[in-house]
Amino acid sequence: MDNYLSIFTEYNIPGALWVNIQLTFFAAIGALVLGTILAMLRISPVASFAAIGTSYVNIIRNTPLTIIILFGVLALNGQLGLNLGGGFQENFFRLAIMGLAIYHAAFVCEAIRSGVNTVPLGQAEAARAIGLAFMPAARMVILPQAFRGAIVPLGNVLIALIKNSTVAAVGSVSIEASSVMKDMLDVRADIVIPIFLTFAAGFVIIVIPVGLLTTWLSKKLAVSR
Amino acid sequence: MSSSILFDTPGPRARRNVLVINIVGALVIVALLWWIIAGLAAKGQMEASQWDDFLKADTWMDYLLPGLANTLKAAALAIVGSVLFGLVFGIGRLSTNWLINGVCSVVVEFFRAVPVLLMIVFFNIFIARTLEVSSNSAMWAVVSALVFYNGSVVAELIRSGVHNLPKGQREAGIAIGLTRGQSLRIVEIPQALVAMLPALIGQFVVILKDSALGYIISFNELLFYGRTYSSPNGNVLQALIVVAAVFIIINFTLSKIATILSRRLSSRGVGKTKPGAAALVGGPAGLEAVEPGGAKPTPDKP
Amino acid sequence: MRKTGYAFAAMAAAAALTLTACGGGSGDDSGGDKVKIGIKFDQPGLGFKDGDNYKGFDVDVAKYVANELGFPEDKIEFVSAPSANRETMLQNNQVDMIFATYSITDERKKVVDFAGPYFVAGQDLLVKKGSDITSPEDLNGKNLCSVTGSTSARKVKDKYASKVNLQELPGYAECVTQMAGGTIDAVTTDDIILAGLAAQPAYQGKFEVVGKPFTEEKYGVGIPKGSDKCEDINKAITKMIDSGEWKKALEANTEGTGYTPNSKLNPPKPEACA
Repeated sequence: MDNYLSIFTEYNIPGALWVNIQLTFFAAIGALVLGTILAMLRISPVASFAAIGTSYVNIIRNTPLTIIILFGVLALNGQLGLNLGGGFQENFFRLAIMGLAIYHAAFVCEAIRSGVNTVPLGQAEAARAIGLAFMPAARMVILPQAFRGAIVPLGNVLIALIKNSTVAAVGSVSIEASSVMKDMLDVRADIVIPIFLTFAAGFVIIVIPVGLLTTWLSKKLAVSR
Repeated sequence: MSSSILFDTPGPRARRNVLVINIVGALVIVALLWWIIAGLAAKGQMEASQWDDFLKADTWMDYLLPGLANTLKAAALAIVGSVLFGLVFGIGRLSTNWLINGVCSVVVEFFRAVPVLLMIVFFNIFIARTLEVSSNSAMWAVVSALVFYNGSVVAELIRSGVHNLPKGQREAGIAIGLTRGQSLRIVEIPQALVAMLPALIGQFVVILKDSALGYIISFNELLFYGRTYSSPNGNVLQALIVVAAVFIIINFTLSKIATILSRRLSSRGVGKTKPGAAALVGGPAGLEAVEPGGAKPTPDKP
Repeated sequence: MRKTGYAFAAMAAAAALTLTACGGGSGDDSGGDKVKIGIKFDQPGLGFKDGDNYKGFDVDVAKYVANELGFPEDKIEFVSAPSANRETMLQNNQVDMIFATYSITDERKKVVDFAGPYFVAGQDLLVKKGSDITSPEDLNGKNLCSVTGSTSARKVKDKYASKVNLQELPGYAECVTQMAGGTIDAVTTDDIILAGLAAQPAYQGKFEVVGKPFTEEKYGVGIPKGSDKCEDINKAITKMIDSGEWKKALEANTEGTGYTPNSKLNPPKPEACA
């Protein structure tokens, strides 16, 4: 038992999970903004805009996240010299956030689109009937309702993002949970199962409240029809 | 089409405006693409010598195809394993026995919350140290992690599929003298399986994508081979793009099949369950297909 | 309800059976007259699988030793031996010998036996040609790359240059790519591995090994505990060194990099067998 407890003093496990939470937080903001823009493009009447949105979603959603994050580090940073600033380590942290945001934006877009689909046709017709153009109708009538309808799928994207933040390990973010766990497993061969369960429990503790919160929110904010 | 929800059929003026914006939009795309290609060219990344390796048969025969074969092998094993795992635990969660139900619920919720990469890293070391398959431990680590995660998702699909069947199905089963278990096995699960087929194919896309995580533990899958190949030749950027393209083509095809299937199935009377399943694998979900409140379990995990 | 229970148990059993059946599939013991040798498949210059060919210094030594033991090239089966799996592979007798940058350590000697060493490597730095980095102390403020979780990069940070910037990537191949792109100043690991990386066609003449190894890694031949082959392997290694084949193999695999191994320790004299 003491043997097991020593891992907490030797390694900063909450600190590693905190890195994943930070990655998730910033990537979630980026993905939400980009995903909303993409959703607007996809439902807009302009064919070329819709095409941009659709191809983005189809390409990104079908690409492994590992490749996207690796591309950020090896191709954008390594070959093309893209630097997001903030010092050597911070740059990789930001690149990983960018990769996570780009990937999850495709799923945010689809979640919002499914939310738009929950808005009854009559709402859009009513908006047009009172003389609103496309943008005002989208901003004031459709999207507020769409976001409410999209809370559960968006919550699922957030949960996936929390878990996927571990993939930042390929992008040279070596202080996040999966890399720290790997170090510990290499060194402490005697207690590999307890180490894994400790990290797994950490993620369960982070993920389950998010799931409960989205369920609660979606019920609270449900548009009554 | 969903477009009709948001705007009227455009009149002559609107059509002209749309046309103008359309051209502007197209120009923006062209400019963006040109900027990327010019940027790459300035760094010497667009030279033919960097790319023509991928037109040579040897590159494909010696590296990319063996890599793809390993990716597909791991994915196929993971799919079979996930469906079995999903059946066992999905049915377990439908059980009226509180113990079976409880154990299965805990297992499913646990594996849905743990990152796949965490499991891959753990299983790699665990299998390498304890089991006889150690020379191939990386592949088995990837397969087992994928089975535990995706199996749990499939279990949820089966559970929600059964829950969303019309109540009359079970009532009819019991009315003709079947037990609860028989009705589940003979009447409900087969229908739920058919209905969740599109979502299941969507799950295959997830499995294929996640198999690329094996690269981190040196499982010799497609991405690993692509990078091994490009290392002596100095064209890693090109290799990443080619490997990504292979993934995109396969996954896009699978998604399309899922969409077509879900459209076929939704025109059927029976076996219609959760509408969300169809909507989330990428099909353009019609208005009628999604209830307010949205879909519960998301099969299409990012 | 009872029937559901049975069905559930049956399915669980079926699933378990399928999984174990799959699990046992890879240990294939066909052809008793072949020798199974574990090597790295992705380490250029040491053990590298190129289509159906295996190349590198480890491979060359393995072929020579196997030949001396009575296994010509067509009787050798090369198996991938990733670092994490080497001990288990030997303990389970999945391979007869391992030539895979396998350092002899006391920790490992507890579970496996070693023949050799056939090479003494040392941690060193790979830098761009003409770089002003000549020792690990010069790395302060510079960018150093190594593989994720490797102790070698942290050793540099702890012992020599506390202000070094560490980049950790999944493999050395990625590190070299980053250095070619210009974002990385040095890569660190064993010198011969670095030489193998520098000898790759795309990088020939661009990088050089600093040549001041600051650790000592004896590469041994891993064999199962209690194996009777140790003496014969040592004899074969000595013969390879004396005949000049050893030097030839080393030069061929690090050609064009100007790399010379630590001459005080190389070629090594095999240690006495346990």
